[in-house]
Amino acid sequence: MKDNVKEKETQRKGMKRDAIILGVTLIITIALLSIFPDKQEAVITTSWNFFIEMILILPAVMVLMGLFSVFVPKEMVVKYLGKAAGIRAVFLGILMGSLPTGPLYVAFPMASALLKKGAKISCIIAFLSAWACIKIPQEMVELQFLGPRFMAARLVLTIVLVVIMGILIERLIEWSDKKQILGGEEDASI
Amino acid sequence: MNTTAIFINVFAFGCLIFAFIKDQTKTKQALTVALKSFFRILPTVLIIIIFIGLLLGFVPQNQISKIVGEQAGFGGVLIVALLGAFLHIPSLISFPLAASLLKSGASVTSVAVFITTLTMIGVVTLPLEIKELGKKMALLRNGISFVIAIVIGIVMGVIL
Repeated sequence: MKDNVKEKETQRKGMKRDAIILGVTLIITIALLSIFPDKQEAVITTSWNFFIEMILILPAVMVLMGLFSVFVPKEMVVKYLGKAAGIRAVFLGILMGSLPTGPLYVAFPMASALLKKGAKISCIIAFLSAWACIKIPQEMVELQFLGPRFMAARLVLTIVLVVIMGILIERLIEWSDKKQILGGEEDASI
Repeated sequence: MNTTAIFINVFAFGCLIFAFIKDQTKTKQALTVALKSFFRILPTVLIIIIFIGLLLGFVPQNQISKIVGEQAGFGGVLIVALLGAFLHIPSLISFPLAASLLKSGASVTSVAVFITTLTMIGVVTLPLEIKELGKKMALLRNGISFVIAIVIGIVMGVIL
């Protein structure tokens, strides 16, 4: 409950800040365009075209985000990933990371819960990376603005490299933990 | 309306109908969330759209491509990568921004690197990440993500 109130408070603050920045941006833009009237057409046409492109998909993207946030609760993600094993865990991490919504810092407490539950580190890294850059509603926006070739190429490359990164970080952490334990024993024998 | 926009709307509508058949109350809840987040993100979207208009209207194309274009070389890529790592803007907004850079002479490599570091790396949220996941894991994740972002960008520059 307390968290909820706190969340609402920060949201209201964030909205206020965004509205102020929008106001300032508008004032600066109007000032600039009245100083340089010859730029008016180019600036307004560009902004208008981008606005149309965005407004055509934004409601749909928000609906997708809303659906995922209600139908894929955090508890479910943590439950599934906590007991996954092997290379399957890495791919499940990517899949689960691409479904929920919200900024990356929302995923950190979830990753921490997974760590405590004993989930594989490669799985957690895959989950965080997928959450960060290949979420499905986000990919829709990428498709709209950068085209299918760009989106598909980045998606495939990201998945491949994230899997490698997950395994690499897992090995590195295991290796350094082992070294620490060995180092500790040596110290004890002295 | 282009085909991509139609596809996205049909896809979202399909998901919505499927969800509605499965669970009406949850779907209504989802729509409320959607409406709220729409108005929550709208000011940021407008800010970026105005910024894009100003960027393309005022900054000459050869200026942009000198910094982040083909001839800028690896230094340009590194600048974009660092910029993406430090900036803290919602990822949804990064795509129109990236598209505008691409249109105004930035290379595919720098745009792909920018999107990847912007979304994967958060210098601003690093203290929180260290607190939740420990120093070792947080620093390794951010550091290696920086490297793979550059690899993704270079490969994309070659194949696209």
